[in-house]
Amino acid sequence: MTATAPTAGSSGTDVRLTAISKRYGSFTAVHPLDLAIPAGSFFALLGASGCGKTTTLRMIAGLEDPTTGSVELAGKDVTALPPHKRPVNTVFQSYALFPHLDIYENVAFGLRRRGIKSVKKQVGDMLDLVQLGDFARRKPHQLSGGQQQRVAVARALINHPQVLLLDEPLGALDLKLRRQMQLELKRIQTEVGITFVHVTHDQEEAMTMADTVAVMNGGRVEQLGAPADLYETPRTTFVANFLGTSNLITADVLGTSGDDILLRACDTKLTLPATRCTTTARTGEKLLIGIRPEKITLTHADDAGTIPDGRNRITGRIADSSFIGVSTQYVIDSPVGPGLSVYEQNIERDSRLAPGAEVVLHWNPGHSFGLDAAQSVEAGTDAGEGT
Amino acid sequence: MRTVTRWLRRNLVVLVGLGTLGYLMLPNVIVTVFSFNKPNGRFNYEWQRFSTDAWTDPCGVADLCGSLSLSLRIAIWATIGATVLGTMIAFALARYRFRARSSVSTLLFLPMAMPEVVMAASLATLFLNMGVTFGFWTILIAHIMFCLSFVVTAVKARVMSMDPRLEQAAQDLYATPFQTFLRVTLPIAAPGIAAGALLSFALSFDDFIITNFNAGSTVTFPMFVWGSAQRGTPVQINVIGTAMFAVAVLCVLAGQLVGRRRRRS
Amino acid sequence: MTTTATTSADTGTEAPAVTAAARRKKLVPYWLLLPGILWLVVFFAAPLVYQASTSVQTGSLEEGFKVTWHFATYADALTEYYPQFLRSVAYSATATVLCLALGYPLAYLIAFKAGRWRNLLMVLVIAPFFTSFLIRTLAWKTILSDGGPVVSALGSLHILDVTNALGVTEGHRVLATPLAVVCGLTYNFLPFMILPLYTSLERIDPRLHEAAGDLYATPLTTFRKVTFPLSMPGVVAGTLLTFIPATGDYINAELLGSTDQKMIGNVIQSQFLRVLDYPTAAALSFILMAAILAMVTLYIRKSGTEDLV
Repeated sequence: MTATAPTAGSSGTDVRLTAISKRYGSFTAVHPLDLAIPAGSFFALLGASGCGKTTTLRMIAGLEDPTTGSVELAGKDVTALPPHKRPVNTVFQSYALFPHLDIYENVAFGLRRRGIKSVKKQVGDMLDLVQLGDFARRKPHQLSGGQQQRVAVARALINHPQVLLLDEPLGALDLKLRRQMQLELKRIQTEVGITFVHVTHDQEEAMTMADTVAVMNGGRVEQLGAPADLYETPRTTFVANFLGTSNLITADVLGTSGDDILLRACDTKLTLPATRCTTTARTGEKLLIGIRPEKITLTHADDAGTIPDGRNRITGRIADSSFIGVSTQYVIDSPVGPGLSVYEQNIERDSRLAPGAEVVLHWNPGHSFGLDAAQSVEAGTDAGEGT
Repeated sequence: MRTVTRWLRRNLVVLVGLGTLGYLMLPNVIVTVFSFNKPNGRFNYEWQRFSTDAWTDPCGVADLCGSLSLSLRIAIWATIGATVLGTMIAFALARYRFRARSSVSTLLFLPMAMPEVVMAASLATLFLNMGVTFGFWTILIAHIMFCLSFVVTAVKARVMSMDPRLEQAAQDLYATPFQTFLRVTLPIAAPGIAAGALLSFALSFDDFIITNFNAGSTVTFPMFVWGSAQRGTPVQINVIGTAMFAVAVLCVLAGQLVGRRRRRS
Repeated sequence: MTTTATTSADTGTEAPAVTAAARRKKLVPYWLLLPGILWLVVFFAAPLVYQASTSVQTGSLEEGFKVTWHFATYADALTEYYPQFLRSVAYSATATVLCLALGYPLAYLIAFKAGRWRNLLMVLVIAPFFTSFLIRTLAWKTILSDGGPVVSALGSLHILDVTNALGVTEGHRVLATPLAVVCGLTYNFLPFMILPLYTSLERIDPRLHEAAGDLYATPLTTFRKVTFPLSMPGVVAGTLLTFIPATGDYINAELLGSTDQKMIGNVIQSQFLRVLDYPTAAALSFILMAAILAMVTLYIRKSGTEDLV
């Protein structure tokens, strides 16, 4: 499939992958893939482990030979070049700091290999950039996880690579430090202006940091775009479930009315703007209509009359509710499907909304999205959560 | 009485462990003490009186120091040979997938799982029938042969536990494959290689059974000691045994001291 | 984290050859193996084959030996030397059990109780290695000498009466008895038991002991159900490293025993180096090798650890 990132306001393409693929025996890790990453962007490859994202990254680095296709860096074909001749550097998963060298020598390693004699000033500056100036003579095992992570970034960045590749760089850090380092990496990227290609399985991390996210699944790119676009208009059930949570309801297509598609799910009539449907809707066939839990409003069945016209409505009963501070999360069983999620902001809480209560779920049809019903509704649900 | 039994029960492991240590150390103590003995007959098995004669004249027995230097030379060359060949095999096993892998593993395991006397007799039979003259070279060949597997085991364990990403990181940071090997792989594998080399040296220097079959009329230090058990044990062999022990302990202690200081700084 | 894909492609290192460079890379392991493996084939495997053919030869030193498929050598060797075979197995099995009994507490002590003395104790275990083992074995002649302090002490504690009754000593002597030979074997191979035991004990997380205690296990139960099972790889490696060389050993029997304690190693050595009856020596070597391989295979299979190299 072809997926090209929007080259919004950038000076050109830094990384271009053309029909690149990777097979291990009979197992295809990466299906033929075209990808263009604009210069100066922060690009994230997002997916569960085994989806081919790391393999793709390693093919860019030259650590893996592609089975087919080519890799271009800044317009130059580097497919046949070994890693040490490519103008890219990698921040490895679990850092891969050389245990027998101190921090200074770790950072100076790349410069020395390229025959640069006076490295002192550059190494000093770089260690200052990552705030580790006082640790130059320590060995890697004497540093904390966050410090090691910064050394790994410094060791790569000091070489002024065309592209910096980051392979799950924050995976080994605890949650709080991870949030902090996300901002830190984003700051460094803005400061140095180098293209970052970032591999992660953490959707929140990808959305926080990247300008463009490519969601990968089973060796293919499922969807590529700005984080907000991916979230608001997922094109596959995998993306809908992997990025955040989605309620997916199977419905029959009744027909069209103007710009809207009319649907029916268990005697409930729903509408969906045709522009928000990524598949062709044929009357009499099935379609998946999706809605994010926070877009839904809950109203007690007794007040159903107060709901304005023109909104999609579903009836149901509250099965469970959990209070998590900023919001309350409800699980609702409905004729159209069990276990629908609804997040209600804690502004004015209706005390009648307790488990067992009959409710109406309603939302602006413009917030729904339509997906091909041939896909599994469950795709991506268990892969998205956790670390 | 009850407190005594309770104390005994609680410290049983410590007591037995220290007892075993004593059992291990006792012969070394005897060797050291008897290096200051002045025996009456040809055999140095019974304490007579204190003397430093043997210490002042360690080479005073015919052929003793000659056999010692021969053993040292053989041990050094066997260590070099076995370490180089063994390290290469270890890297192949730890880093690559290839056919015949399990047969290679078996071939490496067998010399360690075979009584020395069998290997010794087999190799000697081959040499005899090929008409090879026994001596320095046959001993060296045999020593490299039986040290090889031990080096492979030591180095392979180290290389296997090494993160392959370290080498990838080096290549990513512009190191050529050769530089990667020299600057990253070798330093990290060094403790394993050193352990294998040390083991080879000790095994080769101390080997008697295989050497005895493949030495012809050449006499290594262990063979000299063996012969002396029949002809009469000079005090000098105790002197050399004690000196070897002292040098080894000092080397280990110095190594630990250096290691500790390096860790502190 | 749960995943949908079955294999992790992220860290795969195998790759099918696509380019000439990759094909050359594929040959690297073979070049690395070649010299060492050739060495083992020529000087270890080939001699064994040669030995096999020698064992079915007949002839004499003067007229030369010829392959006559004379399998009777095996039968003759077995009938003549089976006592030495049985003795070798009995002595080395006893020594192995003693090594385990003595070595385990020491390995345990170093691994869990030594604290900052750990390194020093390890040095003390390994250091004797650096004195020629023949010299150290000769020292046992002094320790166990007739009328010496050890033998007198054993005599006055009536321990010698017990060992006499068991038939492992005779009168007021320890030297030149089975006890002396087993004692020497145990001593010589003890470090080979301790080192693998220590290695596997050291890997055990001490928190497992706390967890077992927390789950109502007494110290003894903790040892039986947690520590010992986890140290099994060390026990297996240690017993093999002790039993195999001890069975083929002839130095302890020669230096500390008499003609009544000769082991199979002594027979092979004298057949080969003194009698010059090469076919018999070869046949005996083969029987010994086969017996040990059979025992080891059975033992490894029973204990379920096959990854020793």
